[in-house]
Amino acid sequence: MGAAKQIRVKVNDVDHDAVIDPRTSLADFLRGELGLTGTHVGCEHGVCGVCNVLVDGRSVRSCLMLAVQADGRDVRTVEGLADGEKLHPIQEAFMEEYGLQCGFCTPGFMMSICELLERNPDPSDEEIMEVIGGSICRCTGYDSILRSVRTAAAKLGGARA
Amino acid sequence: MKPAPFEYAAPDTIDEAIHVISQNDPDEVKILAGGQSLMPLLNMRLARPQLLLDLSRVRELAYIRELDAGVAIGAMTTKRDLEESPLIRERHPLFHAATRLIGHPQIRNRGTVGGSFAQADPAAEYPAVALALDIEIVAQGAGGTRRIAADDFFITYLTTALEPGEILTEIRVPELPAGTGWSFQELARRHGDFALVGATVTLRLEAGRCSDPRIVVFGVVDRATRFAEAEALVAGQPAEPATFERAAAQVAESIEDPLSDVHGSGEYRRDLARVLTQRALVEAAGRAN
Repeated sequence: MGAAKQIRVKVNDVDHDAVIDPRTSLADFLRGELGLTGTHVGCEHGVCGVCNVLVDGRSVRSCLMLAVQADGRDVRTVEGLADGEKLHPIQEAFMEEYGLQCGFCTPGFMMSICELLERNPDPSDEEIMEVIGGSICRCTGYDSILRSVRTAAAKLGGARA
Repeated sequence: MKPAPFEYAAPDTIDEAIHVISQNDPDEVKILAGGQSLMPLLNMRLARPQLLLDLSRVRELAYIRELDAGVAIGAMTTKRDLEESPLIRERHPLFHAATRLIGHPQIRNRGTVGGSFAQADPAAEYPAVALALDIEIVAQGAGGTRRIAADDFFITYLTTALEPGEILTEIRVPELPAGTGWSFQELARRHGDFALVGATVTLRLEAGRCSDPRIVVFGVVDRATRFAEAEALVAGQPAEPATFERAAAQVAESIEDPLSDVHGSGEYRRDLARVLTQRALVEAAGRAN
């Protein structure tokens, strides 16, 4: 392996220090080193979107980013959405609108949607579809995910009534 | 662990990056920009560099700077920053439109302008825009800095005029003259995929006749290509459907050995080049004034 690298990365508001092989992907680091298996891995070449996480507030494919590149950054995963037992409004909306069936793609969708609604509290359907088009869901046909985002926006107080 | 082992360096400055390359065999160094193309190649072990030189901490390479008649963009500027820049949207609408068609928001959050130019994918948007707009590419190496015209930069599949050890640092995008019409057309099987074929056109109108036409098609051969013979059929001609049909047919005829793969046969791509060129000419003429 290449020379190991020391990193400090904040994940869901907790600082983690680790020594890693530089070829470790951020996705593998989150799952394997930190045990945060809510971030899934699918295609592992940037196409499917199940591994989307937030880095400094931006949604990225964690399979296409090295863990060493997250040194000094602020990472958020699906585990960081809920507040204890209380689900995040995005999670509630997915439940209410049947925004998932098998659930494998759901964490990636939620993190992208989290970025969208933080930056744009009242997105148009076109803006929502642009973002959810970056993840592949083979169960829902996307209609219920679109509704979930609208509902989440309303719950968060941004959407037009 | 998917990639083969590599040493990793993440310098803070461009000078330091060039120094690191000079301390290694430049052929064994891969430069990591946004990683949206290189990381899959590393994961599939199609690329096995000894040293991965990550530019993501070189802050001096991320900027959008207005020039007298254009814009200079640092190589590590993300597509998301370009897409959200009012300067790009308002003054460089063709560049903006092409940027919006690259991948998905999650890809544009990481993917950089320098990475796309250096990757030189024949189906990518930026090389075609570079030919249409006469974008200059700035490269820096141990021997100094040089500027390369887009015409000379893109050579063939995934191959550019960059020398081993050179780093692409900036692109310089000229502003289109006032009144120039433009269009960017592409067809992809799914939104966000690489295009099967795309076409981009710029032209001006003078008393109902076309002038200074540029026709660039990508995704049909080993690199984005300008079609001078088709442009000649448009220059000085009335801006009407017959003109555009003739030029589009000429584009299709000039394509030698179109790419053919599981996504589309060569003949399909040739016909798509005709259709998209025609649409692009019509739209560009409609926008010119």
